[in-house]
Amino acid sequence: MKTFKELLSSCDWEETLQSIFEKTESDVLRALGNKKRDLEDFKALISPAAKPYLEQMAQLSSQLTKKRFGNTIQMYAPLYLSNECQNICTYCGFSMTNKIPRKTLTDTEILKEVAYLKSKGFDQVLLVTGEANKTVGVDYINNAIRLMRAHFSNISIEVQPLATEEYQLLIENGLHSVMVYQETYHKQVYKNHHPKGKKSNFDFRLETPERLGEAGIHKIGLGALFGLEDWRADSFFTAMHLKYLQKRFWKTKYSISFPRLRPHSGGLEPKVAMGDADLVQLICAYRLLDEDVEMSISTRESEVFRNHIVKLGITSMSAESKTNPGGYVVEKQSLEQFEISDERNTEAVVTMLEKQGIEPVWKDWENNWSDVKR
Amino acid sequence: MSTLVIAGKEFKSRLFTGTGKFSHSLLMEEAVLASESELVTMALKRVNLRDEKDDILAHLTHPSINLLPNTSGVRTAKEAVFAATLAREALGTNWIKLEIHPDPKYLLPDPIETLKATEELVKLGFIVLPYIHADPVLCKRLEDVGVQAVMPLGAPIGSNMGLKTQEFLEIIIAQSNVPVIVDAGIGAPSHAALAMELGADAVLVNTAIAVSENPVAMATAFKMAVIAGRMAYEAKMAPLKKQAVASSPLTNFLN
Repeated sequence: MKTFKELLSSCDWEETLQSIFEKTESDVLRALGNKKRDLEDFKALISPAAKPYLEQMAQLSSQLTKKRFGNTIQMYAPLYLSNECQNICTYCGFSMTNKIPRKTLTDTEILKEVAYLKSKGFDQVLLVTGEANKTVGVDYINNAIRLMRAHFSNISIEVQPLATEEYQLLIENGLHSVMVYQETYHKQVYKNHHPKGKKSNFDFRLETPERLGEAGIHKIGLGALFGLEDWRADSFFTAMHLKYLQKRFWKTKYSISFPRLRPHSGGLEPKVAMGDADLVQLICAYRLLDEDVEMSISTRESEVFRNHIVKLGITSMSAESKTNPGGYVVEKQSLEQFEISDERNTEAVVTMLEKQGIEPVWKDWENNWSDVKR
Repeated sequence: MSTLVIAGKEFKSRLFTGTGKFSHSLLMEEAVLASESELVTMALKRVNLRDEKDDILAHLTHPSINLLPNTSGVRTAKEAVFAATLAREALGTNWIKLEIHPDPKYLLPDPIETLKATEELVKLGFIVLPYIHADPVLCKRLEDVGVQAVMPLGAPIGSNMGLKTQEFLEIIIAQSNVPVIVDAGIGAPSHAALAMELGADAVLVNTAIAVSENPVAMATAFKMAVIAGRMAYEAKMAPLKKQAVASSPLTNFLN
């Protein structure tokens, strides 16, 4: 079987983009009518030609999501452990060019943050770090997971890409999911935005989901950072990545995230804007492509947008997030990765969901069922 | 209508229900009560076994309701056995609905891991009800290792497509020495009635009730459909006539 790198290198960015823009109304109607949809249908559904069919897409997406996931939304919280970073990323507050004091949480500090999230009801946590291999390497992450596994039923990470054996070690200690966003599938644009540090290696990042699949991870989160390149082409390649991985690693679950560039310290303006209607179209297109993929929406998005999108295909959301290490209790003013938009507290988000007849799900796994070392 | 007996326990209702996908636990409780179901399955992964006030369990404490914990989410026999053991300790029931679906997409059950886990769980004293594909041979193999019922699927779980596996369900029902509970895919009361007319001992319905606009009314509709289907089965249905009876029979000369 070809690797995804080989598959991607056989695709031309401009041709792909053009083929999306050339989709016609009849392509859209065919895609809407199909029982099972493929990547060509997905192209039609994210194309400008599908814009007049947005309501129909939203209706279908809403029905399919309800059938598969019920009237529920999974709740999680991010927990930033460190903002130390040796990468230069043009869009990120943690970029090493940003000369601001850095913070890495100690065990005691981690447990204080954990206690706060537990008091809010969270049982699913996403650990986030920058990339600083000496201080926040795999040993640090492993220690954090071991500290946390008695407190959370589901532990995910969003950290630097690791080796297969390193993932295996973390899985043995209680890791459930890994989010690894490609940022952009355009190799040259990727290089422009990641000029220095380990993250500048496009291929190593691209191959990360395959290493995760080989390590036997439960769930892989994919996505592109919208604003770096054309969102339609990046989403098409994300969808292609998803379909490739599903066939090869059939025991793994997948989730998609939709980060749009947010203001941050040392900020970058989006090259290609993505409006709210575009994001709705994209979320619905993913649901029509794949009835089972999980889709997550973070507090990057506004209150109003989140209130409505929870009915249209989304399956999990965060609330009350802080994007700086120690942000909940320990050091509220430390350097944050980006500004969040929906600043409501957890209780307010839960009330919003319940008013719409959606049950927030706090727990959906037992981390001690896996072959975890005890 | 005859009573259903599984592992020595009598059930007046032949409709089993689930607890997932409801918009609120209170609504789940009302729907379960309206269904008059006496066996209700819930995913162990959703329940906090260390919390006595767990929201799901709190809504299932009725004398008529027996809990059927399930292992949804596990991918191997080893994980399933571990989950079942924890459930028995925490919930005080040795009944387990064994669900091993390593494929997170269609949630189709793994027959090999299921057989392995069943063997072990039976030895550990569990009453095992395995969720399986409508595979007649697998049903017999599971019977051989001591299951108390089999739960073949009608269609992929949550699909509401009805009895796509009807031909195989009929073989299973004809051959089985243990109760056959049609699980997964039942999307409408008519599907449930059909399963009962075919001779299934019970059906398990969750998504079709939970995701309906009115779960309580839908639970009632399923209750009635299951009763109607079972009564029809016990009453023996009139034979299906595919052709008219000839007015000059060819075998008249034998008289």
